[in-house]
Amino acid sequence: MDSRRSSRAVIDPKVRQVGFFTSAPLPPDRTQSDPPDPIRSPPLADASSPGNSLSPVMIPPPRHPSDSLLRLPHSPSDAFPPPSPTTTTTSLGDFSDDVTAASSPPPAAARVRGRGSSVKQQGAASSFPGGGFEVPPSVKAPSSVPASGLTTVSVVKLPPGISVEVQSDRALNSKPLKEKTSKAERRAIQEAQRAAKAAAKAEGIKTPAVTALANAKSAKSTKPSPQRNDSAVVVAASEKKGGDRSVEKDRKKDVPHPRMQYDDKSRVQKLKKRSVVKPTEARNRVELFRHLPQYEHGTQLPVLQSKFFQLDTLHPAVYKVGLQYLSGDICGGNARCIAMLQAFQEAIRDYSTPPAKTLSRDLTAKISSYVSFLIDCRPLSVSMGNAIRFLKSQIAKIPISLSESEAKATLHSDIERFINEKIILADRVIVKHAVTKIRDGDVLLTYGSSSAVEMILQHAHELGKQFRVVIVDSRPKHEGKLLLRRLVRKGLSCTYTHINAISYIMHEVTRVFLGASSVLSNGTVYSRVGTACVAMVAYGFHIPVLVCCEAYKFHERVQLDSICSNELGDPDSISKVPGREDINHLDGWDKSENLQLLNLIYDATPSDYVSLIITDYGMIPPTSVPVIVREYGRGQLWI
Amino acid sequence: MPDTQALVMTFLTSLKNATARQTAELLRSVISQQRVPYTNQAGALIDAVKAVGEQLIAANPVELAVGNIVRRVLHIIREEDLSLTTAAIGELNLSAVSDDENDDDRDGNTTLSAAAVAAAARSTLRPPSLQTLLEDTPVSAAVPQTSSSGGDSEGKTADKSSRSRKLKHDVIEAVNELIQDIVTCHEQIAEQAVEHIHQNEVILTLGSSRTVSEFLFAAKEKKRSFRVFVAEGAPRYQGHLLAKELVARGLQTTLITDSAVFAMISRVNMVIVGAHAVMANGGVIAPVGMNLVALAAQKHAVPFVVLAGSHKLCPLYPHNPEVLLNELRSPSELLDFGEFSDCMDFGSGSGSPLLHVVNPAFDYVPPKLVSLFITDAGGHNPSYMYRLIADYYSADDLVVQRRAIAGN
Repeated sequence: MDSRRSSRAVIDPKVRQVGFFTSAPLPPDRTQSDPPDPIRSPPLADASSPGNSLSPVMIPPPRHPSDSLLRLPHSPSDAFPPPSPTTTTTSLGDFSDDVTAASSPPPAAARVRGRGSSVKQQGAASSFPGGGFEVPPSVKAPSSVPASGLTTVSVVKLPPGISVEVQSDRALNSKPLKEKTSKAERRAIQEAQRAAKAAAKAEGIKTPAVTALANAKSAKSTKPSPQRNDSAVVVAASEKKGGDRSVEKDRKKDVPHPRMQYDDKSRVQKLKKRSVVKPTEARNRVELFRHLPQYEHGTQLPVLQSKFFQLDTLHPAVYKVGLQYLSGDICGGNARCIAMLQAFQEAIRDYSTPPAKTLSRDLTAKISSYVSFLIDCRPLSVSMGNAIRFLKSQIAKIPISLSESEAKATLHSDIERFINEKIILADRVIVKHAVTKIRDGDVLLTYGSSSAVEMILQHAHELGKQFRVVIVDSRPKHEGKLLLRRLVRKGLSCTYTHINAISYIMHEVTRVFLGASSVLSNGTVYSRVGTACVAMVAYGFHIPVLVCCEAYKFHERVQLDSICSNELGDPDSISKVPGREDINHLDGWDKSENLQLLNLIYDATPSDYVSLIITDYGMIPPTSVPVIVREYGRGQLWI
Repeated sequence: MPDTQALVMTFLTSLKNATARQTAELLRSVISQQRVPYTNQAGALIDAVKAVGEQLIAANPVELAVGNIVRRVLHIIREEDLSLTTAAIGELNLSAVSDDENDDDRDGNTTLSAAAVAAAARSTLRPPSLQTLLEDTPVSAAVPQTSSSGGDSEGKTADKSSRSRKLKHDVIEAVNELIQDIVTCHEQIAEQAVEHIHQNEVILTLGSSRTVSEFLFAAKEKKRSFRVFVAEGAPRYQGHLLAKELVARGLQTTLITDSAVFAMISRVNMVIVGAHAVMANGGVIAPVGMNLVALAAQKHAVPFVVLAGSHKLCPLYPHNPEVLLNELRSPSELLDFGEFSDCMDFGSGSGSPLLHVVNPAFDYVPPKLVSLFITDAGGHNPSYMYRLIADYYSADDLVVQRRAIAGN
C-alpha cells in the first residue's frame, strides 16, 4: 500500500478514464485501428485449402451466385449422367432396411435415399478426397454426383443472358464483402451498388416491368392462401428488391406473415373448401393446440388414393411425394426437401405454358397449388418453406425474353444447384467442421436420428477416431433405432437408451451433437420433440451442446415456446406401445371425452442451452444466427 | 424361529413388489413370535428385528422403504422400552418417597438420582424444553445412571414378567399403529390437496403413483376443476394407467410423451409427483425421468411438489445415488432381444460388444430442485427433512447391517 502510494507520488498522477473512451495509443483513423482480419478476408478456397486447418469460428466470404451457378452447370453432361440401372439398384439395396413401411419403396423415395446414401458413402469412404470439396468445382462436381445414381438431368445449356446478369451481380455483391472497409466507404459502395442495380434494371427496361407485374400477380394469386404459404408472399416481396424501393422498406415487408391459425373458424372454412385431402377433424382436440390443425390420422391416405384420377391439376410426382409425406415414408428435413424439389423438377419438366399466359405467372400459381397440396398432406417444414421461396423467386426472375424450354432448363439447373449446394455440400462442410470437435476418448450423445449427425459420426469413425456414441431415443417414432442399426453396422460402439434415462447417462457424456429442423433467428433451435430436454440436461451437467444445421434451414421467425407453432402427430401412436402387449390400459379409453392424447412433433430449445451451431458458414454461437439470416439468407445467396 | 424364517424367505422371494406395509406386518409377526428372555427384553427384540432387517435390506438395498420400516420398528422398540423404564422409575420414586422417611441421607440420594433419571428420560423422549436445558444436571452424566439404577431397582420376578409382557404388547401395539399410518397415509396426504390445488390449475405428473392419484381425486371431489398432463413414463408406461384412472374420475387429462415435457411445462402451474424414497438431505429417489421434469420445472419456475408418506423418509444421506441407489432393468423393455442380432458380429471376439442398452429404473432429484414435500405430517421444505427424520428414527439404527454383524 505504502509503496504504491509513494510510487504514485513520484510519477504523474494517474488519470482514470471512465466510460467510453478511445485509448490514446490507437490512431484515430478507424481503418487503421481495424486491421484486416486474416481469417475473414481470404476467400473460401484459400481459407480451407487442403493443408490448412479450419479456424474454429469463421464466417467465410459468401460464395457468390455466379460461382455456384457456373460451377455445376459448367459440365452438365458429365456432372449428371443418366442414371444407370445398376447404381439405382445398389442404392436401393443399401437402404432397403431404411424403408420401414413400404416393402417396395416408390422410385422417388429410392432416389432420395440413394442420394443420401451416396453422400454418406462418399463422406465416409473417401474422407473428402483432396481435403474436401475445395478442389476446383469442375473436378469435384462429377465426383460428388454420379455415384449417387441420381436423376435424369437433361443437358442444360446456360443461356447467355443469365450468365451476364449473374456476372454483374457478382461484381456488385463481392465488392463490399471482400474488403474490410470503413463505414463511409461501405456506404459509398452500397450507393454505387444501388445505382448499378437501377441501371441494370433500366437496361432491361422491358423485363422488370413484366416481372413486377408478374410479381404483383403472383402475390395476388397467392392471396387466397397467404396464411398457408407465407413464404410465397414473402418471396413476392423479396423479389422486388432490385426496384426503386429502399432496402429498409423492403426489410419491413419481409417480416414473415403470421401463420395460419386453425382456431380462426372462417379461415378454416375457406381452407377446407380448397383443400384436396378433406381431413376429418380429430374428435378429442387438445384445447391448448386449437390453433394447430388436428385431424384424424389414417383417413386421408385412402381418400387420396381413390382420388388419384380426379386430380388432373396435380402432377403425379408431386402427388407421389405428398402420399409419401402422409404415410411417413419420407421424413427428416433434408429428405423431405429433396423429395419435394425433385418432384417440382419433374413437374417443371412436364410443364407447358398454356396459351395466353406467361410462364412465370402461371408456373408460380401452379407451384403454389402443389405446395398447398403438400401442406394438406403434412405441414411444411422450414427447410421446405425456404426451398419453395427460393424456387418461386427463381421463377419470378426468369426474363420474359427466354423461351419456354430455356426457362425450364434454367429452373431445372437452379433446383439442382440448390440441392447440391444448400444440402449436400452444406452437410459436407458441417461434417468437416464438426469432426474437429471430436477427440479420442469422447463419448458423444445424440438424440433421435439426424442425417447430419450421422454423417459426422461416420466420418469421424472413418478417420479412426476412438469414441463412443450414446443414442437417446424416444417414443413414439423410435428414430434412434434406425440410426443405431446403421451405426452398429458400421462398427461404431453404441449405447442405446431412452430419454427418461438421460440424467443417468449424461454423467459419462463429453459432447452432445443434435440435429435441427430449423434454427430461428432468436437462436431457438426448433427440432424433434425431446431435443430441448436433452439440451437442458446437458446444460445442467455443463456439457457442450453442438447443434448441426444447414444454413438453408435458418429462418427469420422467432419463437419462445413450443406451443405457439408446432405440428401434431397421430394421437393414436401415444396410446399404443408397439411390442408391449401388456401396456393396454388405454384400450377403449381413447374415445373418452376427458382424455386427450397429445403427440407433439417438435419443440423449441432455448438458445442458452446451445453452445455452438455448426452450419455451412462455420461454427457460430446461437446469437449469431440473425447475422447469418440477414447477411446470407436474404437473397444474396439463395438467388 | 423357523416360522419367522419361512416367513422371511417367502417375503424375500416376493420382494419385487414389496411394500412398507408388508414389511411392517412381517416384523410384527417376527416380534410376536420372538421368545423374550427375562433380562434385557428390549435388546433381544432389537437383535431379532435387526437380524431379519439385515436380510431384508440385503435382499434389495434399493428398496429403501423396507430399511426404513425396519428402522422405524427398532425405534419403536427403543422408545417403548424407555417409556416403560421411566414409568417404573417413577413408581419406584413415589414408593421410595412414601416408604422411607427415617433415613434422611439415603432418601435424599435416591430422590436425586430418580429425578436425574426422569430428566434424562424426558430429554430423550421429548424435544428438549427450556427447563431441561436449564437444569444443572448434565444429561450425559445422567444417562449411564439410568440403566444401572433401573437394573438395580427391579429385583422382583413377578414385576419383571409383567413388564416383559407389557413391552412386547406395547411394541406390537405401536407397530400396528405404524401399519395403520402407512395404510392411511394416502388419505392424510390427500386431505391437504385443496390447500394446494386451486381452480383451473394445470398440473403435470409423470408415471403413476397411488399417492398422486389419491391427491388429485381428493381435489376433484372438493369440486375443483383442473386439468392434468400425464407424462407416460417410458419404459414402464405407468402414465397410461394413471390417465385411465383420472379419466374414469372425470378429470380433464392429456397424455403426453416424456419428450414433450419440456415443451408443455411452460403452460403448467404445478408439478406433482410421487417418490420412491426421500433421502435425509431432501433429495428424492424417483422413477426414471423425474430429474428431467424437475429441471424443466426449475427452468420455468414451476413448483415441483413431491408427495411422500412418512415411511418413505430414509435416514441415509445419498452418495452418488444415480449409480448406487439405482437398478438397471432388462434391456428388453427398450429393444427386443432378437432385434439387433443380425447386425451384431458375435464371431470376432474383439472383447466388448458394440451395443449396450441402458435402462435404469430410478432417477435422483437433488433437493435444490424440489419446492415442497407433502407428507402425512404436513408440508415441508427439503432442508427440513433431516429434522423430520430425527423424529422417526433413532440415531443408533441408521446403520442396520454393521450393528447386526458386530452383534453376531
